Amino acid sequence: MKLKEICHSRTGDKGDISNISLIPWDEADYPMLKEKVTAQRVKEYFSEICKGTVTRYEVDGICALNFVMERALGGGVLRSLAMDKHGKALSSALLEMDL
Amino acid sequence: MKKIRIGGGAGFAGDRVDPAVTLIERGKLDYIIFECLAERTIGLARQEMLKDPGKGYSRLLEYRLSQVLKPAWEHGVKIITNMGAVNPRAAAAKAAEIARGLGITGMKFAAVTGDSVYESLPQYADEPILEFEGRVGQWTDRIVSANAYMGAEGIIEALENGADVVITGRVADPTLTLAPLCHEYGWTLDNPEQLGQCVLAGHLLECGGQVTGGYYADPGYKEVPDLDNLGFPLVEFDETGRFTLTKVEGTGGLVSVDTCKEQMLYEIHNPAAYLTPDCIADFTGVRFTQEGENRVSAWGAVSRGLTEKLKVNVCYRDSFITDCEISYGGCNALERARLAGEMFLKRLDRLGVAYSETRVDYIGYNSLYRDRLAQALSDGRWGEIRLHVAVRTDDRENAVKVSNEGDSIYTNGPAGGGGATMRISEIISVFSFFVPRGAVRAQVAYLTV
Repeated sequence: MKLKEICHSRTGDKGDISNISLIPWDEADYPMLKEKVTAQRVKEYFSEICKGTVTRYEVDGICALNFVMERALGGGVLRSLAMDKHGKALSSALLEMDL
Repeated sequence: MKKIRIGGGAGFAGDRVDPAVTLIERGKLDYIIFECLAERTIGLARQEMLKDPGKGYSRLLEYRLSQVLKPAWEHGVKIITNMGAVNPRAAAAKAAEIARGLGITGMKFAAVTGDSVYESLPQYADEPILEFEGRVGQWTDRIVSANAYMGAEGIIEALENGADVVITGRVADPTLTLAPLCHEYGWTLDNPEQLGQCVLAGHLLECGGQVTGGYYADPGYKEVPDLDNLGFPLVEFDETGRFTLTKVEGTGGLVSVDTCKEQMLYEIHNPAAYLTPDCIADFTGVRFTQEGENRVSAWGAVSRGLTEKLKVNVCYRDSFITDCEISYGGCNALERARLAGEMFLKRLDRLGVAYSETRVDYIGYNSLYRDRLAQALSDGRWGEIRLHVAVRTDDRENAVKVSNEGDSIYTNGPAGGGGATMRISEIISVFSFFVPRGAVRAQVAYLTV
């Protein structure tokens, strides 16, 4: 099963840092996501894109995870050579990850 | 119980204006905010002001205010915006001129300044840059602007003095919302629950339609009604600090617990410590509740006190980027695009072009996710591919050489390339450093029509 079957997600950007939220539709799935979608897995998944560390924050109040990926935007939104300088499309890729 | 209603009238400089007019006319608002100042905008604005001292504010100020001033005046809605960029006083003068032209009399404009630390940069020469190795002084020759993220004090002062329209330079985005609430309810750092809620509300409002179903729709997964008539958000506060986020009835879009969750984490790193000049906000205990159709209440954000320092954004002349694109079709499209990309890079070296970085993308295949993910997500067949080559150079002269080479792919490259485009952009980038709070003091100037 892919994450998109049970989650939604949005990407934000600040400088060369991308953050991707992962939000289960059903809050009952949150403990399972915490167990299975680790920072290490996300780091490996985006290994060609994220050159720095990935930190995972658990936001228990709203039952969501927030992945903060450093050195992930080609040097930063304002100077990246990429088409998608903000990395807006990264959330769609994360949702394609197999659970 | 005293209720205050604030609308989010814009999510970025070029945002739609008609949803803001709808908010003003039908949202029963007390205030509307317009967040229109991106990081690099301020650098571009300062370059404009150097050429013309009467400029240096948001290029779309006239376009926006000419449509919203009159309805705001008629409906008693006060306007708070950072459209002043590097010249809020000139922006206020322009706004007053627009108001006069609309036949408005009695409207009071305030310009909040004090965020620029450009003149005092020499004293910060040894300060470390936050984003990369280096110190501020090493970049002196390239620096265009330096502005601190200011907090609410200037806006609050303007509102206390009866301003109807408050125009600022660089303030933190949530500050635009926090300031009128602190003005109305008298909240300070001694009200941590309320202050945290103000930052949360400001954060949810600052991107306009992104919390009301914009940037959310995904057919088959996330349905959003009437995107073409997307309503912008408004929050209704009460004295406890609780607020409800909604939109004007009859507009398109969607306000749900999930749209609010997505937007709460947008551009947030550590949710326990969201740093703003007004307070350190902790969002980890936030709860959203669906109160009705398109109505979500929020509670649980708190302030964890004040940072000792303020962040300064420095805009500097970075480099030039030349983007060249050309399309290939048919079942061998990717192979021909690859051949063209390889040829392009070899030509740059053959011509001795001085460049510092290159990137080759095959749009339709790997431009978003690079190769490994692209292969995992695709079925291995493409009917068309658009080649994109981006090259960074230090000067325009070399950028032009890159662009000319892009143009020549047509007749000298692989078969059947079409739709070539070339674009050269001068890149203004941003780095940051910290200054003590005392280094920045808000000043407010007034103008009444």
